[in-house]
Amino acid sequence: MVSLPILSVLTFLPLIGAAVILLAGNGDEEARARFAQRTALGVSGGTLVLALALLAAFDPSVPGFQFMERFVWIPAYNISYIKGVDGISLWFVVISAVLTPVAVLAAIGSVKKRVREFMIALLVLETMMIGTFTALDLVLFYVFFEGVLIPMFLIIGVWGGEKRTYAAYKFFLYTLLGSVLMLVAVFAMALYAGTTDMTVLMGGKFPKEMALWLWIAFFASFAVKTPMWPFHTWLPYAHVEAPTAGSVILAGVLLKMGGYGFIRISLQMLPDASLVFAPLVIGFSLIAIVYASLVALAQTDMKKLVAYSSVAHMGYVTLGLFSFNRQGFDGAMMVMLSHAFVAGALFLCVGVVYDRLHTREIDRFGGLASGMPKYAAAFMVFTLAAIGLPGTSGFVGEFLSMQGAFLVSGWIAFAAALGIVLGAAYMLWLYRRLFFGPLDKADVRAMPDLNGREIAMFAPLLVLVLWMGVYPSSFINVYAPAADNVLSFFGAQAHEAQHD
Amino acid sequence: MIDLQDFMVTLPVIEVALIALASLVAAAVWGEKAVRALGGVAIGAFLLALATMYCPVRFETFVDGTMPVLAFGSHFIDDGFARFAKTIILIASSLSVLLSWDYFEKEGHARAEYPVLILFVTLGMMLMVSASDLLSLYVGLELQSLSLYVLAAFNRDDSRSTEAGLKYFVLGSLSSGVLLYGASLIYGFAGATDFASLSALLRETSNPGVAIGMAFVGAGLVFKLAGVPFHMWAPDVYDGAPTPVTAFFATAPKLAALALLTRFVLSPMDGLSAQWHQAVMFVAVASMLWGAFAGLAQTRLKRLLAYSSIANVGYLLVGLLAGGEGGVQAILIYFAIYALNTLGIFALVLCLRREGRAVDSIDDLSGLSKTHPLAALAMAVLMFSIAGIPPLAGFFGKYVVFLAAVKTGFVPVAVIGVLSSVVAAFFYLRIVKVMYFDEPLLALDPLPGWGVRFVLGFSSVAMVALAVLPEPLIQGAVRAAESFSG
Repeated sequence: MVSLPILSVLTFLPLIGAAVILLAGNGDEEARARFAQRTALGVSGGTLVLALALLAAFDPSVPGFQFMERFVWIPAYNISYIKGVDGISLWFVVISAVLTPVAVLAAIGSVKKRVREFMIALLVLETMMIGTFTALDLVLFYVFFEGVLIPMFLIIGVWGGEKRTYAAYKFFLYTLLGSVLMLVAVFAMALYAGTTDMTVLMGGKFPKEMALWLWIAFFASFAVKTPMWPFHTWLPYAHVEAPTAGSVILAGVLLKMGGYGFIRISLQMLPDASLVFAPLVIGFSLIAIVYASLVALAQTDMKKLVAYSSVAHMGYVTLGLFSFNRQGFDGAMMVMLSHAFVAGALFLCVGVVYDRLHTREIDRFGGLASGMPKYAAAFMVFTLAAIGLPGTSGFVGEFLSMQGAFLVSGWIAFAAALGIVLGAAYMLWLYRRLFFGPLDKADVRAMPDLNGREIAMFAPLLVLVLWMGVYPSSFINVYAPAADNVLSFFGAQAHEAQHD
Repeated sequence: MIDLQDFMVTLPVIEVALIALASLVAAAVWGEKAVRALGGVAIGAFLLALATMYCPVRFETFVDGTMPVLAFGSHFIDDGFARFAKTIILIASSLSVLLSWDYFEKEGHARAEYPVLILFVTLGMMLMVSASDLLSLYVGLELQSLSLYVLAAFNRDDSRSTEAGLKYFVLGSLSSGVLLYGASLIYGFAGATDFASLSALLRETSNPGVAIGMAFVGAGLVFKLAGVPFHMWAPDVYDGAPTPVTAFFATAPKLAALALLTRFVLSPMDGLSAQWHQAVMFVAVASMLWGAFAGLAQTRLKRLLAYSSIANVGYLLVGLLAGGEGGVQAILIYFAIYALNTLGIFALVLCLRREGRAVDSIDDLSGLSKTHPLAALAMAVLMFSIAGIPPLAGFFGKYVVFLAAVKTGFVPVAVIGVLSSVVAAFFYLRIVKVMYFDEPLLALDPLPGWGVRFVLGFSSVAMVALAVLPEPLIQGAVRAAESFSG
């Protein structure tokens, strides 16, 4: 085993980078901005290397948590600083570490004012994200989960678009409202069990009625974060107004916190209550898939379209999770991982043309395929991945998720399949309107193709999307024992339910 | 009867009293020339009192680290709770003196009475938190209140400041009268004034007269705390009083009144908990909700902070409602964090001057992150902290208070509390929004002297440091709360 506290290093390395940017760097404003950009890229790159090292050192055959760190933080309240990863959280750490340098690259091109502050906010955000996924104490988890709000509020509000203030408030208050209810549930759990150690709390140790209330309180937080219909209304605003780098992180990582919370807390700690509420979640998921896809069809703003497609994709996640079978679980995990890269990439794609023309109106463009061939090719791959074409990452997740749903009921899978048809419709229509047709607008014709920096930020995502599509088991194998561990709470119980 | 032991137990208070009296003479002799020196003397006196209080010699011979010690009959009590409360009070008072360091000179009415009055208020507060008799309770309270009335009207040429002072005086003396009347009822029906005898008496028999007396005393103390429905004076007084005075109002005197209320309801009135629980629950819930919702409509910083303090009194009273060791711990932890946080916020308000005049509307903060990035960063930290957003210290304050409430079964109160904190978060966020999202208006004057900057820096760093390492504070509070075990 590694004696170095690698998870803490991974968590706080970006924070140290942020402190360096805050305190060091001299010269005029431009020199300091350049210093901030380089430091942010270096630190987030270093974090990525560490995360990949972690992935390599991780032993996938062990179902439990690895790289555990544990010391007592606040003895009077029995709160400990516990960190550890299993195969599930490991992947979320990796996507956080992959997407942050990508976001930094995007920001280098598009954020022109208050560069230092932006880089600081991004790095603080990375610390909070990795902290959330590696925390194994409920209070520690809550601290990081909520701490995300501060940098994201500033990113949307300071560097956002026209209605940024409204979007930032809505994002912050909506999420906070869900989370404070979760806090009350944390109190109740801590008092009942006498500890906030998540490894101890797992396995459904709470009395039935209490578990139902706890489940609702946690649901309030995770449903807003995921976001699940009808708690999704903050998302389109936040995405549309956020700068490109902010949208990438928001779609890529922040939404996954909801899914991760569902797995770690709703499924693992409150399995009985999850079974009780499963029909509700599945109903919401189906509505989300169909409704959000229909809304996406009607959008004229590219970012809003991608934002609504995110809501639909998250529907597959919750659908898969609450099918309580291995196919559904794998589907949920793969949709989350795939969506992290695909939605991140699509927001980057929107950012590319927004940087050049400062508009996201779909109708302003057209015929880009001849003017920007490299861009068109990259966009094509991500569009197809979003639709779920076999061979791309999107296919694996959606297919497995629907298979899981089919095992529960054929009708559920039928409704979910509607979303795939609609998804193909809005994505292909978007592609047609952007890239085909005559290239007749002078300013659109004048747009240059992707430059080196932009290719650098798309390249890793392209590789990941294709790799995941062609060889998904390399991803699944890492978390398979952990997934069986989660589902072991349901194996027996789901069985009993059928016998009744 | 009175021996060396009594004097040694009360030594920190006696020191402050003697220095206050000497300063009064000095202020009369040297007048304005002595302002700075007397400010230094006041801080010195507070630090001396702190050092005396924790002097090992005193613990070895005169007081007990674990058991409460009484002095002067049963009028004065020295226990862990009183020591912890006094520590916060003395630190908050010292920081308040620092906040006023060059404020009154800039405003053109530097007067030597200011530090002297702060000394007397602090003396009164030290007596309040150590009071264990209805008589010493009243003496401490009045010494504090009378000095505070004068402080509120300290800008005597400014009509708003004199109005604030007068309002505070009229309503404050009414509440003191109500409190005194309640005390007389308790004495009349129970036949004792000291807390220990009252506690023993009331555990055996309950008496409606005593309950009414308790309600009056409680109402008087809630008035001093500015809890709903006795909060009406707070926004006007906060707004009208000179800003360093407002900063002081919002911190130390609140703790003194709260500590007194805590001791009063948990020690002599413990037997009547069924009666006071309802009242405290109402005041707590009403304060949280009213503070949060009324704060939304404010445009001036000081009024906004007044409503913020009303909401915070609500959270503190949730701790009192929980009662017991857990509740007292929560109150002390919450208050220590709240006091430091609030002093820092007021330090920033004191930084806002334009063309030599103090300004305090929220819009004056516009674009502060561009003109004064470090000050804006500090203020943002303070705002997120007081809104209770982790990972800052304010979150842990809310955590312990609501945990105590859930533990004792007040789950609905805790739910209302956390929801009201979301509403309150809106107006704290608005300040961050104005500083970071908006463009600067007219240029502000350069930041004021080191005193204010020190308080701002100290408090914002403390909000981060206490979040990472809350253990020393929590341990102190845990030991202090042991005074209420059993």
